[in-house]
Amino acid sequence: MSALTPLCALAGAGFRRYTTYRAAMIGGAVTNSVFGLLRASVLVATIRSRGGPVGGYDTSSAVTYAWISQALIAVVELFSWQEIALRVRTGDIAVDLARPVDLQFAYGAADVGRGLAALLPRSLPILLVGAAATGLALPTSPWPYLLGAVAVLLATLLSFACRFVVNLAAFWIVEVRGVVGLYVMLTTLLSGLILPITWFPPWLRLLANLTPFPSMVQVPADMLLGRLWGPQALAALGVQAGWLLAVGALGRVALTAGSRRLVVQGG
Amino acid sequence: MDASCSGDRVGAVAAYRTVLASRLRSQLQYRTSFALYVLTSVVTALAGFAEVLTVFHNVPVLGDLDLRAALLVYGLSTFGFGIANCVAGQLDTIPTYIRTGTLETMLVRPQPVLAQIVTSDVTLRRFGVGLVGVVTLVVALAANPVHWTPARAGLLLVTPLSGALLFAALFTAAGALQFWLVDASEVTSSFTYGAQYASQFSAAVFPVPLRLLLVTAVPAAFVAYLPAAAVLGLTGPRWAPGRLGWGTPVVAVAACLAALALWRLGVRHYTGAGG
Amino acid sequence: MSGAVVAASGLTRTFTRRTGALRGRWTTTAVEGISFTVAPGETVGYIGANGAGKSTTIKMITGILVPSAGTVRTLGHEPVAQRTSLARRLGVVFGQRSQLWWDLPLEESFRLLAAIHRLPPARWRPRHDELVASLELEGFLARPVRQLSLGERMRGEVAAALLHRPDLVVLDEPTVGLDVLSKERLRTFLRADVARRGATLLLATHDMDDVRRLCERLLVVDRGRLVYDGDIPGLVARVGARRVLVVDLERPVPPLTDVPHADLVAVEAGGVRQRLAFSPERTTAAAVLATVAGRAPVRDLSVEEPDIEDVVRRLYLASGR
Repeated sequence: MSALTPLCALAGAGFRRYTTYRAAMIGGAVTNSVFGLLRASVLVATIRSRGGPVGGYDTSSAVTYAWISQALIAVVELFSWQEIALRVRTGDIAVDLARPVDLQFAYGAADVGRGLAALLPRSLPILLVGAAATGLALPTSPWPYLLGAVAVLLATLLSFACRFVVNLAAFWIVEVRGVVGLYVMLTTLLSGLILPITWFPPWLRLLANLTPFPSMVQVPADMLLGRLWGPQALAALGVQAGWLLAVGALGRVALTAGSRRLVVQGG
Repeated sequence: MDASCSGDRVGAVAAYRTVLASRLRSQLQYRTSFALYVLTSVVTALAGFAEVLTVFHNVPVLGDLDLRAALLVYGLSTFGFGIANCVAGQLDTIPTYIRTGTLETMLVRPQPVLAQIVTSDVTLRRFGVGLVGVVTLVVALAANPVHWTPARAGLLLVTPLSGALLFAALFTAAGALQFWLVDASEVTSSFTYGAQYASQFSAAVFPVPLRLLLVTAVPAAFVAYLPAAAVLGLTGPRWAPGRLGWGTPVVAVAACLAALALWRLGVRHYTGAGG
Repeated sequence: MSGAVVAASGLTRTFTRRTGALRGRWTTTAVEGISFTVAPGETVGYIGANGAGKSTTIKMITGILVPSAGTVRTLGHEPVAQRTSLARRLGVVFGQRSQLWWDLPLEESFRLLAAIHRLPPARWRPRHDELVASLELEGFLARPVRQLSLGERMRGEVAAALLHRPDLVVLDEPTVGLDVLSKERLRTFLRADVARRGATLLLATHDMDDVRRLCERLLVVDRGRLVYDGDIPGLVARVGARRVLVVDLERPVPPLTDVPHADLVAVEAGGVRQRLAFSPERTTAAAVLATVAGRAPVRDLSVEEPDIEDVVRRLYLASGR
């Protein structure tokens, strides 16, 4: 049995588990659709006010961007996820750490499964609503989709790596909620979810590019739109991978330190 | 004898006051997490603020508002939401109350259920978002050239309160819907939070069908944009003229009455009277 | 106080559930045609298996649920329509659910409830002190409710429900999960308090000891229908449950199979101890004893009463399972 088999099994479990939360899926799809419409309106109004493209987006690409970014929320899981933090607080984490599979990889695999499970019931309906409400300007050639798929996968893994680190803060901080809230705010703003990063004032754009967040939404969305291609696309994928390695490594350090603390303190 | 002699009964208001005072006291005990939560809310509100700034970094006018006017609208909206979140925010725990059966224990107490839920907690920390609103509002008022008349001043003073009432009505309606739908809290919160987002912008930003919705069924336009347009003397877009802003207090009260009616229907449905 | 405390007539409650969006509706009848009257001062036990309809009936009586058909009046009120004014005279204890504020000290819950019931200090303070003393709450009044043990919490719940001196006390499975000693203390307190105030007690339970200790009258519900309404001896007689005379004899005796109106059910220790079951309607313990004593010298004897669980089970069987 290779090292991948248990991870595949965990991914499958993560997939199945997500599909049981039907009400949350429907609710999530509705929320994302509502916000897709609202954000698309704001983007279009801004572009119309300018009388031309803003930050490289015209009305049709901006609208499509709004819908794609909303559709990505569920897959990339941008918002709060506190499962590990909760298990640290209750002490159940000790059970997880005693298992033969590495904690980070185990949860990571389950998260990928979850992300895949979200595609059909949440992402697809949102895109359909978008197509009906405002129309979508999706590319016709296969390359954007292939590159986009890779980017989405990297974005999901990167998002997991970041959420993993945030959750591990529970080993040291009691009120993780504050940290989580901060994380959610930063993600929302700096990932390009509210407005494309190219719209930001230079200082904010610099700030965003110093964080992994743009790689979570802006990059995969631009790739699916066909705005990133060729060497630029490869460079963006490289940036995603780089962040993934960096945050992943940070996660491993935090995990080691956290488990040591658990053993010493008794949980 | 027993508690049926009304001569020596404590007033109803005093009853609510005691419960609220108790909740306040227990909250102020946890000062550090309180401060942290408020900080987080403030920072979150700043993200919305950053959005406004970013838009106006790219264009001078959005809809029919320039940066100063947009800040006024943003400030009014966030302030009103902060108040509502603080006072009526408990309504989002209704699904939990239904699931755990706490709602049934409320039904055997001699107080209306809605009042019990609203007074079951007053989370001061939820006002965090409103702090940013107040500051923005003050700045915006200083920056905007308004021809002040008593009427305009009056409307402006009332707007945060009516905005809070409108949001509270939305929360109540969303809570009432929980009696019919199962596990629908996310669906209803998409409308309440969507309304909050929409209320930060000029109605002109939205396509006509959405604009009509925001002026009628989900009156988010009355939270900040329309009253601001009335105060600033803006004409406003089709179907959302600035003059409508003068009706804000009436719309807020009407929304509350409608939400209360829906709530009563919801409780009747829950107790099976509706069939 | 005149008039019935609870007057139920033809109470019926059905629930409709949707089984999936396409498969349509599915109706279950939780309670059907239940009628009974409870007079002031009665202590009534409401017995049934899980799912028999006890909780549903309680909900209709206390104003949480509206009947699908039939009527119920509680303390002269229409329970749902006049909910708040009924709530002032009603004390309810839900065994599975708490009415206390979870994160506050127990004492605070009492203060809040006193405020909610609009009781001035002069009225509720003495009552509060009396309840604290009788239920021995002093030791944990300052502790948050979520830190209390189940026994402590239930005592707190009962005190909370009785703080406003309700005329009708309704308890839904109040002793579930408690140890024997706690159960007994709770029952003793309830019986005394209710009797002293002339209040009425309605206890829904499937614990037979609760019933034996607290209730003079029994309502038995099975699958939504009332199958018995009366007192315990009547129930015993109804199902023909038998008492058992256990005789210890001076010396081993051949099995006493021919005692009139009594059946030999067991012979132990080679004939020294023999058990004779008889129906109280057909003969008495004294008569059976006299017959046995005539055959052989009796050294010791005892009489076993029919087990209530057994009796109720027979009742269910008799009602057609």
